[in-house]
Amino acid sequence: MVDVASLSSGAEALRRDASGPSGPKPRHVLSRRNIFLYGTLIVVALYYLLPLYVMVVTSLKGMPEIRLGNIFSPPMEITFEPWVKAWATACTGLNCDGLSRGFWNSVRITVPSVLLSIAIASVNGYALANWRFKGADTFFIILIVGAFIPYQVMIYPIVIILREIGIYGTLTGLVIVHSIFGMPILTLLFRNYFTSMPEELFRAARVDGAGFWGIYLRIMLPMSLPIFVVAIILQVTGIWNDFLFGVVYTRPDTYPMTVQLNNIVNSVQGVKEYNVNMAATILTGLVPLIVYFISGKLFVRGIAAGAVKG
Amino acid sequence: MSNSERPSKLFRNLNAKVASIPMVLTALVVFVGGTAWTVLYSFTNSKLLPRLNFVGLDQYHRLWSTSRWLVSIENLLIYGVISLVFSLVIGFLLAALLDQKIRFEDTFRTIFLYPFALSFIVTGLVWQWLLNPDFGVQRVVRDLGWTSFSFDPLYNSSIVIYGISIAALWQGTGLIMCLMLAGLRGIDEDIWKAARVDGIPTWKTYLFVVIPMMRPVFITTLVIIAAGIVKVYDLVVAQTSGGPGIASEVPAKYVYDYMFFAQNLGQGFAASTMMLLSVIIVIVPWAYLEFGGRKHG
Repeated sequence: MVDVASLSSGAEALRRDASGPSGPKPRHVLSRRNIFLYGTLIVVALYYLLPLYVMVVTSLKGMPEIRLGNIFSPPMEITFEPWVKAWATACTGLNCDGLSRGFWNSVRITVPSVLLSIAIASVNGYALANWRFKGADTFFIILIVGAFIPYQVMIYPIVIILREIGIYGTLTGLVIVHSIFGMPILTLLFRNYFTSMPEELFRAARVDGAGFWGIYLRIMLPMSLPIFVVAIILQVTGIWNDFLFGVVYTRPDTYPMTVQLNNIVNSVQGVKEYNVNMAATILTGLVPLIVYFISGKLFVRGIAAGAVKG
Repeated sequence: MSNSERPSKLFRNLNAKVASIPMVLTALVVFVGGTAWTVLYSFTNSKLLPRLNFVGLDQYHRLWSTSRWLVSIENLLIYGVISLVFSLVIGFLLAALLDQKIRFEDTFRTIFLYPFALSFIVTGLVWQWLLNPDFGVQRVVRDLGWTSFSFDPLYNSSIVIYGISIAALWQGTGLIMCLMLAGLRGIDEDIWKAARVDGIPTWKTYLFVVIPMMRPVFITTLVIIAAGIVKVYDLVVAQTSGGPGIASEVPAKYVYDYMFFAQNLGQGFAASTMMLLSVIIVIVPWAYLEFGGRKHG
């Protein structure tokens, strides 16, 4: 296969050499169209990058330099003190152990929430795709329509439910809330994916005597790893970035990172330390940014799958 | 015989039913039950605790005569129109630019989309800093010699909502661009060839051929943007905390504050019911157009 391809491309190159240039005439790199096109794109790209640049630059300056200079100038003296302070000693209320507390809370919230929500939604999507039972589609439609209800409408009833069970204010409660609100989009994602898989596969496994869980674990799961990666990306960024549920369903010592960040930066007491604030802001944005830059096209696929197919 | 068959029908496909329990509970208890509960209690005078003491439409009368709510609604409308118009226009233009078979397409797309990975809290705090009148854009322009330059949207109550919109557009247009780009890639290459053969200028092809063909993409995008508009909350909390005064309040924040700070649950419920109503007004016609008539498999 590879040999044939290289052979034919070799032959192609030979032919081109023999009969002079073929194909469209090469355009001038500096044509008016290209200048306009790339010029616009570069200017817009700079605009999008500017806030990130300012964040980084500000976080590396000392406060005296910030007061004197302008926000766009690079730091004259690079200092990592704001980063250390943001991570380890910045105060929110009475706690002065920095953002590290929020970071670890967010880890303890995100990891179980991602696992639980994906486990529930993938099995559910599989049941909806391959084991349809009467009434299943009705619940599915309710679920999808429910995704459009503003969270504010359901916040308080959930507070009551969690309080009745006795887990209001705990991380467990928040994990359950994230699993509930992640369910519509994830179920849709998995259902669509499993539906698109060849039906024969499922039937063959049935004939061979595999049951509900057997087919899920041994056939569906191994064959759908890409969609699991997409779901993980979607959930990690979504749950890490959540603010509303964090502020409603946790207490100050279990606040996720976003809530703690907001409290550090927008606290009214004390002198504003803009460099510490920006360092804290970058630290909070770092996890989703890393996920984004590593995942690349899968991230795009995740949001496209979540958005367009809906 | 028939007695033993009856229960077996209920238990047939039992595993799938067990696996669907979370979905059924979420759909019935949280989505349907929770929504009905909130709507029901919006007709009561619940204060600190929810009580079934009905007062008719009192909460709604009070809601619509509270200046903070009216400001919130006005802000939401301005913010909504700006978000819709600009994210559609900018998103489409960027997608069209990226669709010109350019080099480094992936790089550009990565740059335009990265803000979408950041939370609204991070977005709000960065733009709070950029728009800070003493250190940010205003100060920089003044230092360049234009000393009367004034641009402090976050401290000027008449334009504060525009300052928030700038941050929201920075965060969200990348997503719209991606959706539009996917739509543009779905257009048949032959359409472009036919248009070129007929000598139709590019901009006309876009306006009269491509955009009408992308109608489904536009509608989905519209619904996504609209759903995001009603939810706006964290961005305002981070960027201005609703200030200066109450100038940048939004409905979602009104709900939260009345439920958890002002201990006036009835008001919170009434306000959240109004939010629900606004979503229904947007969603129902769309769902009707999209799913009405034909059955999905």
